[in-house]
Amino acid sequence: MTEELTCIRCPIGCALTVTIDGDNVTVTGNSCPRGAEYGAKEVTDPTRIVTSSVRVINGAQPLVSVKTASDIPKDKIFAVMEEIHKCKASAPISIGDVIITDVAHTGVDIVATRMVTAV
Amino acid sequence: MRHDIVIIGGGPAGLAAAVSAYENGIEDILILERDERLGGILNQCIHNGFGLHTFKEELTGPEYAARYIDKALNYGIPYKLGAMVTEVTKDRKVTYVREGEGVVTIEAGTVILAMGCRERPRGALGLPGFRQAGVYTAGTAQRLMNIEGYKIGKEVVILGSGDIGLIMARRMTLEGAKVKVVAELMPYSGGLKRNIVQCLNDFDIPLKLSHTVTCVHGKDRVTGVTISEVGPDRRPIPGTEEYYDCDTLLLSCGLLPENELSKTAGVELDRVTGGAVVSDDLETSVPGIFSCGNVLHVHDLVDYVSQEAERAGLKAVGYVRALANEALNEHAEVVADTDGESGVEASGRIRIKGEGGVRYTVPQFLNYESMDEKVTVRFRVGDVYKDRSLVLYYDGEEKKRMKKRVMAPGEMENVVITKAGLNGKVKEIVIRVEE
Repeated sequence: MTEELTCIRCPIGCALTVTIDGDNVTVTGNSCPRGAEYGAKEVTDPTRIVTSSVRVINGAQPLVSVKTASDIPKDKIFAVMEEIHKCKASAPISIGDVIITDVAHTGVDIVATRMVTAV
Repeated sequence: MRHDIVIIGGGPAGLAAAVSAYENGIEDILILERDERLGGILNQCIHNGFGLHTFKEELTGPEYAARYIDKALNYGIPYKLGAMVTEVTKDRKVTYVREGEGVVTIEAGTVILAMGCRERPRGALGLPGFRQAGVYTAGTAQRLMNIEGYKIGKEVVILGSGDIGLIMARRMTLEGAKVKVVAELMPYSGGLKRNIVQCLNDFDIPLKLSHTVTCVHGKDRVTGVTISEVGPDRRPIPGTEEYYDCDTLLLSCGLLPENELSKTAGVELDRVTGGAVVSDDLETSVPGIFSCGNVLHVHDLVDYVSQEAERAGLKAVGYVRALANEALNEHAEVVADTDGESGVEASGRIRIKGEGGVRYTVPQFLNYESMDEKVTVRFRVGDVYKDRSLVLYYDGEEKKRMKKRVMAPGEMENVVITKAGLNGKVKEIVIRVEE
């Protein structure tokens, strides 16, 4: 079985051809190792980085932007978002601060991507 | 007041230019930023995908901005926030307005234009319907959601498939809105392929190519839109109308370099890019005024903006040093003469032209004598091309042929020109798309 994919690991967007033959997955069309990794993963265990923002208490700004510290399974995106929506963070916040630990049982933390000073 | 380098704009271009100028030995720099913080548009681009080229890791917009802001702050590079520049003159006097200071005019050894771009507004699109609430440019909606913390709407239609529109389709979906369709006038998307995949396909949001909005319904608030298919002439085809219930319409219909200040300085602009005409050192037609980032031409990747701005910073340093060196005062005058009205036609310059599918190039010309050993020429194509070649001609003679699997208007291309390959004789370089 073959699948035609567009690599999303960087904005170049290489056109990948992924061939699945039993346990063997081969990727062609990639221009870097990240593409090969993405192609194989996308057909077996697709994952995404989720970015959003969280309400801030006592902050100079009303929101802090956040992301999953690493990629999470694609089918958990909305479960992750649900926890992000419920969450509030207290200023001061630095880049990299953990806002939610083990979000939606993915084993991945939600971390801040911006600094917010306290008022 | 006088500064060696005055940078207009504290976004990714202005910051990278400032950091580069400082690292190359000029400390008397001033950044003028009209917003209340440094970082520019990156502050609202909270999605990931920035910095793979520059930092070899995938950052969000605010994280990418912070790398440069931290450097600028560590170096102690002076900057002013809330400083709205109102005029730049040919002899490099910069006037700005700022609360507490009033109207201030400063002199600059060099000026780096880094004002960025803005979105094509509703008024420029000729959208039918009342001026009801619920119509936003995608970037405005992005700012309201990601910085101000407002919800924009519950049911959304997006016109235009530029990257900001695609990013907002995903963002609004994650925030609980229903994005019903993205309509694109052209037969291809204006955004990056990866954004079609991860912002639309991931959430089953349909992309309708060759479609446009033909009516915006509702008087006080948007209640729905009508979308029609367009023919090859881009005019709506009667009978193809489809109605969508929605309370919000986002517009992602192109970005325009913001060159009002370049005009006050008399900088020659390129009809296609809407930005300045520049040489390989990113100097405009006005000596001592440099341009970089989205005010020069709209980029697809911030990494390329940073690279370009770093060069502008470096070249501005060279200009400041030349000015400071009395022996070179004569040279400065010569430059002023040749840079007059005739601009790019001046002698000793190699013109770079895009033809046959290549819409423009930046830079538009090279100064052979002073050019670096390698110069990256960036450009965009005017259509989607599959399995074609990019061909480089030197004075009509084929120099290089590069196979390309896919080229699209949404993605910037580049070729590298080497000084050695030009021999000092070449007068014109042409880049074409061929079979």
